[in-house]
Amino acid sequence: MQRSFIAKNPSVLVFLAILALFTLLVTVMSEGFGVGGISTSFIKTLGKTLCLCLIALAMDVIWGYTGILSLGHFAFFGLGGYMIGMWLMYERTRLIVVDSLAQAEIPPTDGEVINAIGNQIFGVVGSSEFPVIWAFADSLVIQLILVVLVPGLLALVFGWLAFRSRVTGVYLSILTQAMTLALALYLFQNDSGLRGNNGLSGLQNLPGVTASQDFVSLWFFWASAAALGGGYVLCAWLVSGKFGSVLRAIRDNEARVRFLGYSVEMYKLVIFTLTACIAAIAGALYYPQAGIINPAEIAPIASIYLAVWVAIGGRGRLYGAVIGAAFVSLLSTWFTGGQAPNINLGFYTIKWVDWWLVLLGLSFVLVTLFAPKGIGGLIDLYTERRSPSRHGADLGPNDGALREQEASQ
Amino acid sequence: MRQIFLAGLALLAACLISPERSLAQGAKIQPILQDHQALIVKSSRKTIGPAIDAVASSGLPQAQAVLEVWAAKNMWQRKEDGLFFIGEKIDSKTYLLTDFDSGAVVGEFAKKDLKQLKPNSGIRALIGTALVQFQLSDPDIEARKAALLSIERDPEASLLAPLRASIEGEPDAALKTQKQRLERLLTIGYDTDEAARLTAISDMSGDLGVDVRATLNPLLTTTREVATGTVPDGVNVAQVLQPGEGAFDTITAYDLLANKGLAPARVTSDDIRLALGAHIEGGSVGGVSIAQLNTEAARLKAYAALAAEKTVPAYVGGDAIEAAVKAHVFFDVYVEPSKAVTDAAAKALKDIELKVGLNQTLDLTLDALSLASIYFLAAIGLAITFGVMGVINMAHGEFIMMGAYTGYVVQQIIPDHTVSIIVAIPTAFAVTFAAGVAMERLVIRWLQARPLETLLATFGISIALQQLAKNIFGTQARPLTAPGWLDGAWVMNDVVSISYIRIAIFLLALIFLGVFLYIMKRTRLGLETRAVTQNPRMAASMGINPDKVNMLTFGLGSGIAGIAGVAIGLFAKVTSELGSDYIVQSFMTVVVGGVGNIWGTLAGAAMIGFLQKGIEWMNPSNTLAAQTYMIIFIIIFIQFRPRGIIALKGRAAGD
Repeated sequence: MQRSFIAKNPSVLVFLAILALFTLLVTVMSEGFGVGGISTSFIKTLGKTLCLCLIALAMDVIWGYTGILSLGHFAFFGLGGYMIGMWLMYERTRLIVVDSLAQAEIPPTDGEVINAIGNQIFGVVGSSEFPVIWAFADSLVIQLILVVLVPGLLALVFGWLAFRSRVTGVYLSILTQAMTLALALYLFQNDSGLRGNNGLSGLQNLPGVTASQDFVSLWFFWASAAALGGGYVLCAWLVSGKFGSVLRAIRDNEARVRFLGYSVEMYKLVIFTLTACIAAIAGALYYPQAGIINPAEIAPIASIYLAVWVAIGGRGRLYGAVIGAAFVSLLSTWFTGGQAPNINLGFYTIKWVDWWLVLLGLSFVLVTLFAPKGIGGLIDLYTERRSPSRHGADLGPNDGALREQEASQ
Repeated sequence: MRQIFLAGLALLAACLISPERSLAQGAKIQPILQDHQALIVKSSRKTIGPAIDAVASSGLPQAQAVLEVWAAKNMWQRKEDGLFFIGEKIDSKTYLLTDFDSGAVVGEFAKKDLKQLKPNSGIRALIGTALVQFQLSDPDIEARKAALLSIERDPEASLLAPLRASIEGEPDAALKTQKQRLERLLTIGYDTDEAARLTAISDMSGDLGVDVRATLNPLLTTTREVATGTVPDGVNVAQVLQPGEGAFDTITAYDLLANKGLAPARVTSDDIRLALGAHIEGGSVGGVSIAQLNTEAARLKAYAALAAEKTVPAYVGGDAIEAAVKAHVFFDVYVEPSKAVTDAAAKALKDIELKVGLNQTLDLTLDALSLASIYFLAAIGLAITFGVMGVINMAHGEFIMMGAYTGYVVQQIIPDHTVSIIVAIPTAFAVTFAAGVAMERLVIRWLQARPLETLLATFGISIALQQLAKNIFGTQARPLTAPGWLDGAWVMNDVVSISYIRIAIFLLALIFLGVFLYIMKRTRLGLETRAVTQNPRMAASMGINPDKVNMLTFGLGSGIAGIAGVAIGLFAKVTSELGSDYIVQSFMTVVVGGVGNIWGTLAGAAMIGFLQKGIEWMNPSNTLAAQTYMIIFIIIFIQFRPRGIIALKGRAAGD
């Protein structure tokens, strides 16, 4: 008998309940709607963290379940941010320009308005012409579609090229890292059409909305929570069915899956593109809360941190990714924000602002070495889910279905 | 002008040959000054010429001193008789006067009886030019060099004659060649004799010097002219322009017409907007209400109404523009009137262009070669750890950084740069070897057969090491200074040059290649490494300790990265990001070249180096774009040769 999706995945209900409770709590404590126990800037931090949890989910599906260590998903995240940022910046500048031109004696023509917007946006890179890629920046609907379409297409083309030539394992990781680097370097140029290293700014102001940031931040917080909840259900549904089984099989032994007649490349391509789209949506929600996006956000190191979060949270389990992203990014904010107390050793004072990355790097090594299940492994202790008893050493989630003798060959 | 100078030079030559005689004749300069007293006192740039010429061409040995004193504002005139003297301040009211001719002190005079000559900067420049002929034949070689340099910087027609005259008597061979070369260049630019210029141009064509191009290019400057009907005769036409072709469009052509006053000025949309704004009457302009003026068509209509009332100039429509442009002919005219000269200059420039192009290719090849050797240096350690052992070490870049910082620290202790580099290389090897061995024992060994986890763990180490370096050395760049004998560059000509550091790095890369080949093919460690890589169990059963071999091999790869770090630090600033700048390219080099083969790494480095320089050459302003396109190219390249340029076959390929 076919059991229902929920019955197979009780963690989905638990997760949604916790997420809803958390959202409610934050709303009640907020400055906009509640008692004001949490500052607006912290709500923004929480909202951003939820977006990071969403991209961590995508990373977990592509890495933890399919075994592709992509170091390019932050590029898709950034691209999504750029796509929504283009509309936000265009529309906001348009309102300002129309306002200021209305002061003139003669009403402006459409051409004059567009020229003035171009001057405002691209003056900083010494240009006033709209590049071709801004053709649809005046339409929110089209830009929202592009949020998914552009990163999705990039993932599709890149994935098709990479998987078709059977680039796997570390080679694929390096290749995705190269792609990220290429994209970041391209965006750093002034003539890339996206304002070079200035990036897009002022994204926190919604055009035409007069409500204060206290409310706007909550709207985005809710949207991020809804996206995370939706993303979680989608990912859980994806990995629980037959499709998910094939993904895990690809992770454990790609060759066998291929010999069984599955089109491995197609499965990989679909999941790579899909997770890229999820990452892009997360980015489109993240950057309006951050307020600014520039090419440095896309640098390869960001994608590496993403892998760090997922690894620390626990690969191969969706809640692990969420826990890891939330835990590490909030802890990172705490440490680098100068809030953590310094430790005085007498001869040397450990300032966490300086030493946090050292701690993160080393704890990451320790997690990889000693706790491949990450923080999510702690939940196993509670639910008493045990790894199947095998001869030989545990190999971690990547080669989970292999025994030691098989894996080392 | 030229005649005066030649005459002056003849006199000067005569005076140089027999100074005693002219002195014996008792020729004095004071009468010459008195002849031009009015001009000298008037002190106007426009009229002073004859006075300076007379002094300079007097042929008297005192002339130089007079000009120098004059330019330095030390020449004074005695009011009572109008004679000129050298004035020297004794106190604020008294001056000591000295005679130019005899050099004898005339006496002390009150300031009120004297008048100081204050030549303005224009006159001083003229005096300076007149002085050049003396400086060019100055007995002091430094003065001659300085004079030549000032002519080079600021060439003028009037300098040609004194320069020519000074060549004959120049004792220093090198300076003579330099003078002759400069004379040719000045001849091209300023000689009045066309034949002489053509000879000079043909003499200099094929010369790569920047100065030759700087002399020839101004000859080809053009001005854009317009005429009704046909091109007028008697002008040196560079080209006849067709409006609407290339960058010269109809609007530009019409604006040129308007500028020359041959057509009414174009009314731009800005003009219309301003004109409309100035003529608002009761909420409407020209019968159109203001609210409707938000389209170009409505504005044109309102403007036409205004123009009909003659309050604003008439609008020039597209047809009128077309017609006006059609009625005229547009052409570029050389400023230089002689067609023979411009043709010769154009041909000479073309010859030079071709030669410059060839030399630039050579220069680019050298650049690419040096970039390739840098990539090879950065990647050769990876070729061992990743290529041979199959271990992904993302902290490889940080080992490079560690080597560079070791070099910096050694340099702080040993101030002599040569010694410190010699000490730094083995020290860097030792430090990174130790770090590599420690990392292999503590981390990598436990992650065998889990390459993705190795990648992640080494990432963690890379993050920690980078931050550690920042904490210790700060975020600002630290200098690693190359020894003095590596400063400078090997200059073949004005186009081709390569710095000695880059040559040294190229040699270092070759040495590393040799060392690598020797260790892998000729030593026990190399043999054992290859055995362990191919089949660890079989190797172990043959009595090889795979753990020990892996450890040593990894240490070797890391140590080489350290030495590469010293080399890279010599030309790049040492920062904590030094390694991460190279890590992606290094992996690309190894992957593109083909894993497990040093020749592949070499080929990969060469390909990436040449490719990057090639793309940079096509778009020189943008090295970022070059890197972007290069990475895209590599991604596509891997499609066609997934195993790299040189792929291992058979058993060695693993899998």
